[in-house]
Amino acid sequence: MNRTYRTLYSAAIIIAAAAAAVGIGALVLMAIGVSVPETYRVILTEPFKDMYGITEILVRTVPLILVGLGIAISFRSGILNIGAEGQMQIGILAATAVALALPDLPKWLLLPLVLIAGALGGALWGSIAGLLKARLGVNEILSTVMLNYIAAQLHGFLLRGPMIDPAELQVGSGTPQSMRLPKAAWLDRILTGYRLHWGLAIALGLAVIVYFLMWRTTWGFRMRAAGAEAKAARYAGIRVESCLAAAMILAGAFAGLAGAIEVTGVHRRAIEGISAGYGFSGIVVALFGGLHPAGIVPSAFFFGLLLIGADMTQRALSVPANMVLVLQGAVILSIVSAKTWLNDPYARDKAVRKMAALFGGGRK
Amino acid sequence: MNLLLVLQNILAIGVPFSVALLLAALGEMFNQRAGVFNLGCEGIMAMGAFLGFLPSFLLKGSALAPWAPAIGIACAALAGILLGLLFGLVTVSFRAPQGIAGIGLQMLGWGTAGTLSRRFVGGVTGIPGIDTWPIPGLSKIPFLGPILFSMTPFGYFGFLMVPISWYVLFKTPWGLKVRAVGTHPRAADTMGTKVARTRFQALMLGGAMAGLAGAYLSLAQAKMFADDIVAGRGFIAVALVYFGRWHPLYILGGSLLFSIAQSFQLAIQVLGIDFPYEFAVMLPYVLVILVLAFAKNSRLRGPAELGKPYNREKRV
Repeated sequence: MNRTYRTLYSAAIIIAAAAAAVGIGALVLMAIGVSVPETYRVILTEPFKDMYGITEILVRTVPLILVGLGIAISFRSGILNIGAEGQMQIGILAATAVALALPDLPKWLLLPLVLIAGALGGALWGSIAGLLKARLGVNEILSTVMLNYIAAQLHGFLLRGPMIDPAELQVGSGTPQSMRLPKAAWLDRILTGYRLHWGLAIALGLAVIVYFLMWRTTWGFRMRAAGAEAKAARYAGIRVESCLAAAMILAGAFAGLAGAIEVTGVHRRAIEGISAGYGFSGIVVALFGGLHPAGIVPSAFFFGLLLIGADMTQRALSVPANMVLVLQGAVILSIVSAKTWLNDPYARDKAVRKMAALFGGGRK
Repeated sequence: MNLLLVLQNILAIGVPFSVALLLAALGEMFNQRAGVFNLGCEGIMAMGAFLGFLPSFLLKGSALAPWAPAIGIACAALAGILLGLLFGLVTVSFRAPQGIAGIGLQMLGWGTAGTLSRRFVGGVTGIPGIDTWPIPGLSKIPFLGPILFSMTPFGYFGFLMVPISWYVLFKTPWGLKVRAVGTHPRAADTMGTKVARTRFQALMLGGAMAGLAGAYLSLAQAKMFADDIVAGRGFIAVALVYFGRWHPLYILGGSLLFSIAQSFQLAIQVLGIDFPYEFAVMLPYVLVILVLAFAKNSRLRGPAELGKPYNREKRV
């Protein structure tokens, strides 16, 4: 009987959290004077109406999975990576630079090189925050946020200056974008006529790898131990600081790879706005997915749906696409609140006792 | 070219720039002194900036127009209080981890401000904003006058908040309570101080000040609203609290340092130095990282229980 009550308690909290997130979104929607159910309906169903919508959800799912995996590794290891956006931008720059520098290499060599360059670029950017945390105890949230702004400026500088497409300068429009990548650096599309590309397979493959790495190896156990209880981990001989730095570097590598895949699979050149907030959405994806690959994949799909759905509501109902940020913020606040209730045995037992008193059954 | 005049012009821009950072950082100081690490400051500032701007935009040309900035300031402070309450609900009542909850609040505030502004404002439009109000006499002092005594009333208010915050934090019973719940909540609880209530009050005050900081940006500094008007100032403000060792006076120094770093990009343009604009914009953010890296070596520590939720039912 108590077990049923416990399940009821958990269910009630999850429902309350979901209602809170949807409710906050509804408040903002009401403030701008649009129909709340209609907006949610368009966001959640309209993308499924045709092949274009479905493939576009998946196009957004790919970077969300990758960024989400990296963030999950970092959160599990006890370091909060808010810098995926910047790491992604550095990854984009590194991947583009390598692809443009070596245009004559064959595809089997160039494409992997480009993707690795992206991952290394992101890892390098992540390592700054990781090492600052490990060596000097610098708050990683603040340092990664600052590194995001720095990366954005660097990205803008390189695309407006050294990396700009010479053709842009000749015709004089001056759009900040790089040259088109050589074909050998393109990640192939899965279906002709749609932007969906094989990055999806890479992302799914990495989700499996991350699972094995973090849950089936000693190394992963150490990382998670460092994150779960640093003091105990240190007492057990785990070098917690190294774990923190490694986690941040790895998280950066995932974000950088996400950037490289966006460049080679979708845009095929570096332009402004490729990262498109994926770095921040990835945080929500990781939390919503329970910081576990098996949860992150569906969660990435769900937020991919929200992103494309919000684009559609912008066109159909003129609800600004910023609405996604509102929902994401509300989801984060709801999840972190719900988690403490779910993990609080006192609150749970109290609720179970109350339910038992009300509906019968009792403590054993 | 007269270098002194250039310096004066840069400082006359840089010093008023510091007010937004200052207000937000002083507010965050109260939060952190009470033990709550509020990264949502950035989001609250975005809401404050939008709501501060909105009345001036809507009432443009009407009879109420002269009152619009005051209405905006009130709305911004009110929104800050409400968002502070929301943050308190999540981190104090529900005891959620503060770092990540702060990011959630930042997204919520930023997203809401952006959504509302696209709906009610559309593109970027200017507003009359708040005029400067040179202090008679003092503003005529050479060099210092144009820098320190030719600001908007809102700017003077910002600087006035430094001694006021100092007084409230260190010389009033409430300030003592705030410091107590941030340093040793159990002891404070034992002495009869309501830990949760005090933290909520600090969050409301901090939220109001972050809202005002945002309103300062849109009403007195930029005189317009854009989605990215806050541009990380909320996060810089949080870093400034560390830099300023949780003390209003040092926070004032930090705010001035950072705002002058921000006006450095103007100096480059004025002096015609050939230096990429983007690197000048980067400067304050780089400075934050450097400051955080070196602040670690200081012996002064922050509030002992910073970032830790307090659960009075938990056994020790």
